[in-house]
Amino acid sequence: MAGLELLSDQGYRVDGRRAGELRKIQARMGVFAQADGSAYIEQGNTKALAVVYGPHEIRGSRARALPDRALVNCQYSSATFSTGERKRRPHGDRKSCEMGLQLRQTFEAAILTQLHPRSQIDIYVQADGGTYAACVNAATLAVLDAGIPMRDFVCACSAGFVDGTALADLSHVEEAAGGPQLALALLPASGQIALLEMDARLHEDHLERVLEAAAQAARDVHTLLDRVVRQHVREASILLGD
Amino acid sequence: MKETPLSNCERRFLLRAIEEKKRLDGRQTYDYRNIRISFGTDYGCCIVELGKTRVLGQVSCELVSPKLNRATEGILFFNLELSQMAAPAFEPGRQSDLLVKLNRLMERCLRNSKCIDTESLCVVAGEKVWQIRVDLHLLNHDGNIIDAASIAAIVALCHFRRPDVSVQGDEVTLYTPEERDPVPLSIHHMPICVSFAFFQQGTYLLVDPNEREERVMDGLLVIAMNKHREICTIQSSGGIMLLKDQVLRCSKIAGVKVAEITELILKALENDQKVRKEGGKFGFAESIANQRITAFKMEKAPIDTSDVEEKAEEIIAEAEPPSEVVSTPVLWTPGTAQIGEGVENSWGDLEDSEKEDDEGGGDQAIILDGIKMDTGVEVSDIGSQDSEEEEMIILEPDKNPKKIRTQTTSAKQEKAPSKKPVKRRKKKRAAN
Repeated sequence: MAGLELLSDQGYRVDGRRAGELRKIQARMGVFAQADGSAYIEQGNTKALAVVYGPHEIRGSRARALPDRALVNCQYSSATFSTGERKRRPHGDRKSCEMGLQLRQTFEAAILTQLHPRSQIDIYVQADGGTYAACVNAATLAVLDAGIPMRDFVCACSAGFVDGTALADLSHVEEAAGGPQLALALLPASGQIALLEMDARLHEDHLERVLEAAAQAARDVHTLLDRVVRQHVREASILLGD
Repeated sequence: MKETPLSNCERRFLLRAIEEKKRLDGRQTYDYRNIRISFGTDYGCCIVELGKTRVLGQVSCELVSPKLNRATEGILFFNLELSQMAAPAFEPGRQSDLLVKLNRLMERCLRNSKCIDTESLCVVAGEKVWQIRVDLHLLNHDGNIIDAASIAAIVALCHFRRPDVSVQGDEVTLYTPEERDPVPLSIHHMPICVSFAFFQQGTYLLVDPNEREERVMDGLLVIAMNKHREICTIQSSGGIMLLKDQVLRCSKIAGVKVAEITELILKALENDQKVRKEGGKFGFAESIANQRITAFKMEKAPIDTSDVEEKAEEIIAEAEPPSEVVSTPVLWTPGTAQIGEGVENSWGDLEDSEKEDDEGGGDQAIILDGIKMDTGVEVSDIGSQDSEEEEMIILEPDKNPKKIRTQTTSAKQEKAPSKKPVKRRKKKRAAN
């Protein structure tokens, strides 16, 4: 996109944010009564919905049961109206499969699967815009809503690099511009990276800065999500009359 | 076929070796295996061997109409296939997870990093563009498919020549290779993937894991870089928890490795070009050496075992001498005897001593007894050398003769009247 400045001279981005600012995040937990856990998150214009069922008995082949831990099953589907061109297949294509695999990898590391041997935890995410970060954040809230024990929050955020500055939380316009993008899923308390994914060319010397920006943004997301969870628990306990 | 599970002792052995900074093939932690690149007769065809992992890459092109939202750019299409000859575990229905992961990684590494100038693939804007298709086939799986596949893809793309096209006004002329020499693709840079395997929750890392090491690893980190030290892709998989400085350290190592590999690739391409120009023979047939043993060949792995000898001597010195072998049979109850160690037999309790003593028969009979005790199966043939074999039926005074046993004895023993079961058994033996 010629003529579109991703970062102006004064340091403002296309949507008026500063380099390290996140988009507005709104989240709700417990949106579905039927599921064990569910959550809805809006990050700017990106919306993601996550639903968790489990831990329950292994469905399908019993042979897949792991004797010492739970099996985490993640599926991702993207709404057909979400991208610029209408997608013909909401799930089953390679990108959705890959996203499902990555989510599974992230949550297998975070959920304490040893507590539920021979059982299965299903996480279904439906996202608008296909960004990994929103999916992970929504899934974290849903898993917490379901009461499944986790090591820590899993907070994800994307980061980019333009004109020597690292940008946090890329919007669609910034992603489409084609610069380097990094998606990071972090466990905030220990600083461990559950998943790291980067596209497009970035010089090695800048890697540290971008990683740091993404980590900081993920920690900010953690503060927000923490607040959302506490709010939800407070509301629930008021309703229950405690 | 389902993959054979890795035994616990093998897993422990591999992990212990890695803790002591030893690899099974004698490499150092940051060493790559030998990379061999050979080219086929056509342009765009190559085989890359990374140790024993082999990938075949083939590039082809076609004129198609472009995508609607990118009317002036050519199309790149990547496809990696895990052929069934690569490993017994690869079956048409079973590979989906690994296949998706590898394909997406290849796509992101090569397409998103814009290593090929897609604008140069445009012939007529909005109508005709070149579609470049890279097909990679895994021929043998010995670990680290990603690295071998990325090298094969980029080598095949660098080697490929597309037909020349000229546009005059509205007329598009496609020249055959005879009319005009085919034109190479315009490649900006060469992204190469480097894999790091993590063990013991991220404490140890190895570059270029082979198949055994991949089975015991916790997770994999793939960094794709080019020789200008630009990172094209990073992907962590397998659920390992990384720390930021680990990632930074890996990227530095990757930079060094990529520089080496890129040099190798350029040299191989140069060699091939030279051979073709000079009119020499080229192609896969030329790159395979004759009169060489290639299968079931074991090479000595250059592992440092000097400290193992000391440990072995220590163990031997401290070990107790083996217990004496008892060569005389021990008689538990009449009719059953034992040589050597084993499970204590309980036949003496079950059966009364209607059975005659076999001690005169020598050790053979007793050994047979011993074997039968352990297996508890009635065996009719235990490689008996004696030609004289007889059926014996043990008659219990109040029970039916259920147990039929065979014994090889040199001394004949008469026993109960023959019955039908005996006859059956004899037939069976005849069949044997």
